[in-house]
Amino acid sequence: MEATATAPASSSAPATPRILEREPLVLNHRSYSWITNRICGIVENKQPGLWWALFIPSVILAGVMVFCFTYLIAAGVGVWGQKQPVAWAWDITNFVFWIGIGHAGTLISAILFLTRQKWRTSVNRAAEAMTIFAVMCAGVYPMFHVGRVWMVWFLAPIPNANAIWQNFKSPLLWDVFAVSTYFSVSVVFWYIGLVPDLATLRDRCKPGLKKLLYGMFALGWRGANRHWSHYETAYMLLAALSTPLVLSVHSVVSFDFATSVVPGWHTTIFPPYFVAGAIFGGFAMVLTLMIPCRKIYGLQDLITPKHIDNMAKIILLTGTIVGYAYCMELFMAYYSASPYEGAAFKLRTLDGPSVWYYYAMFFCNVISPQLFWFRWARHNMWTVMAVSMCVNAGMWYERYVIIVTTLEVHMTPGAWRTFHATWVDNWTFIGTFGFFMMNFLLFLRFLPVIAIGEVKGVLPESNPHHDPHGEKGVQEEDLMGYPDRHVPKAANA
Amino acid sequence: MSTTLKRVHGYLAEFESVHDLYHAAEHVRDAGYSRWDCHSPFPIHGLDVAMGVKRSKLPWIVFFGGAAGTTTAFLLQWITQNIIYPTVVQAKPTVGVWSLPAWFPVMFELTVLFSAFTTLFGLLALIGLPRLNHPIFASKRFAKFSDDTFFVCIEARDPKFSQEGTKSFLEKIGGKNVELVEDDI
Repeated sequence: MEATATAPASSSAPATPRILEREPLVLNHRSYSWITNRICGIVENKQPGLWWALFIPSVILAGVMVFCFTYLIAAGVGVWGQKQPVAWAWDITNFVFWIGIGHAGTLISAILFLTRQKWRTSVNRAAEAMTIFAVMCAGVYPMFHVGRVWMVWFLAPIPNANAIWQNFKSPLLWDVFAVSTYFSVSVVFWYIGLVPDLATLRDRCKPGLKKLLYGMFALGWRGANRHWSHYETAYMLLAALSTPLVLSVHSVVSFDFATSVVPGWHTTIFPPYFVAGAIFGGFAMVLTLMIPCRKIYGLQDLITPKHIDNMAKIILLTGTIVGYAYCMELFMAYYSASPYEGAAFKLRTLDGPSVWYYYAMFFCNVISPQLFWFRWARHNMWTVMAVSMCVNAGMWYERYVIIVTTLEVHMTPGAWRTFHATWVDNWTFIGTFGFFMMNFLLFLRFLPVIAIGEVKGVLPESNPHHDPHGEKGVQEEDLMGYPDRHVPKAANA
Repeated sequence: MSTTLKRVHGYLAEFESVHDLYHAAEHVRDAGYSRWDCHSPFPIHGLDVAMGVKRSKLPWIVFFGGAAGTTTAFLLQWITQNIIYPTVVQAKPTVGVWSLPAWFPVMFELTVLFSAFTTLFGLLALIGLPRLNHPIFASKRFAKFSDDTFFVCIEARDPKFSQEGTKSFLEKIGGKNVELVEDDI
């Protein structure tokens, strides 16, 4: 699966290689129209057989999810396996799992934008789409976990018949605000980014329903610089808003646990540990989706080994932070000298009923990403895929360990009870994967998977100070700064 | 029923590269035109300066949107928690300003939420979109703005616009396929 066909040979450095030359973000000197054709071609041409081979089972599984929830409404929330003391089980595990996956999308679109990481342009669109679909999958769990889903509107602070108002001191209510804000802002951010690309699709369509729809959603975009000027400000503002937002969302999710008095949950390390874990798990999901995508749709020149390499490095970094958090939890259990905290971690790691989950988590999240210290591992798509799969699984184990294995052995030994998932638990979870994949495949089918305009903007010739007749490749450092902030050399002297 | 009457929108000139567009924009700016614009498939850094476009006012609008969010969240929590429905839970102070720290998360979230929607609607208001059509789309060549071609359009309502002078000016600064864009009335 190595992108041999597009090996960066033709993009090699000028005759005198400089130290730390930046790798080009688009290989083989692709032109603007090549980029347009390649990305719009995915939407305009027939989908490959593999698309259908994935789409049909995804739709069926999404149907299974709908069936499971319907059954749950009919029979009651007891069809899930949770019972005291494990009142939060797979539903909350899966909620945290899915919401965490979303975080990579926002990290790529917002934080990497603010830090001027231009490589983000090739992956941000798909990652943002992934965020939205993952948050949708996450949202359904607490909604059904309340038991009577038709009463879920009681979460909203609007007057109701019983004249009851929410408890705003509760992290669970903060969560309602955090997750719904996160979803809304992610959709706005995604949509604003899509507008210029929808205009591209509109301009390529023959008159008809398609052109009408793309045109409607493109809002009449005409690429005017007086518009771009406001647009870029808006994009920057949304990035600046999303950055603290994404950090707050998983912090608030962690407050659900950290503000309780349950041993194993009541720790101050939770917010940063959850945020690092979310980014870690999210990047694994981005890689899981994008590596097959670039192969199937021939996007190797746009999503290059450099992109994969960067994301693998982020997985290594965040995985190591997560590993540090695991060790620190154990250390604090010992150092706090709290017998309950100590017992909780002893049961989690040595003699509890679900010890193997802990070691599966530890292996997947801490050991497996260490492969990414090696360049060959980051550049071999099979290793990257394998580690990403490990991390996907590992992050689910992590949430299971935090939630279920803690509650199973909570305080009073007489009340201890091991959790067993029911078929409804299993199929609801599998069903959400179907729902997620279905949405992602429809996104691939109808919307540009890569931000066309943004990728064009990172080509060297998109810098106004690039001399079209000059030497190629030397303008890379000009891209790092704003031309309008350039001070002429003479003025410096 | 279509009429044969047309209204001149302006002159549209093509440029092949960002480099050419950038320098053309500087020339148009220096020639003193005011009703004109550049059209490009992606935002070009520095083109605002080359065109003499001022910085966007959007951040100010968003500031007030965000402030409205903070205020909404504060009042929502103050009124419900202190006046309508005081709840004694978690041994937290119930009445007065002392429960303020517990309100920060919701205040933060609503600030972000209101700011984001203000950004969206503020942007649309500032750029005058969505609109169903625009005279510039009458040009067949213009569709390539979203692919790989760069355009400068000088509108007929510009005080300095003239049928002959503007055309030759655009050609002089390197514009290709200079076209008079006319729209059906």
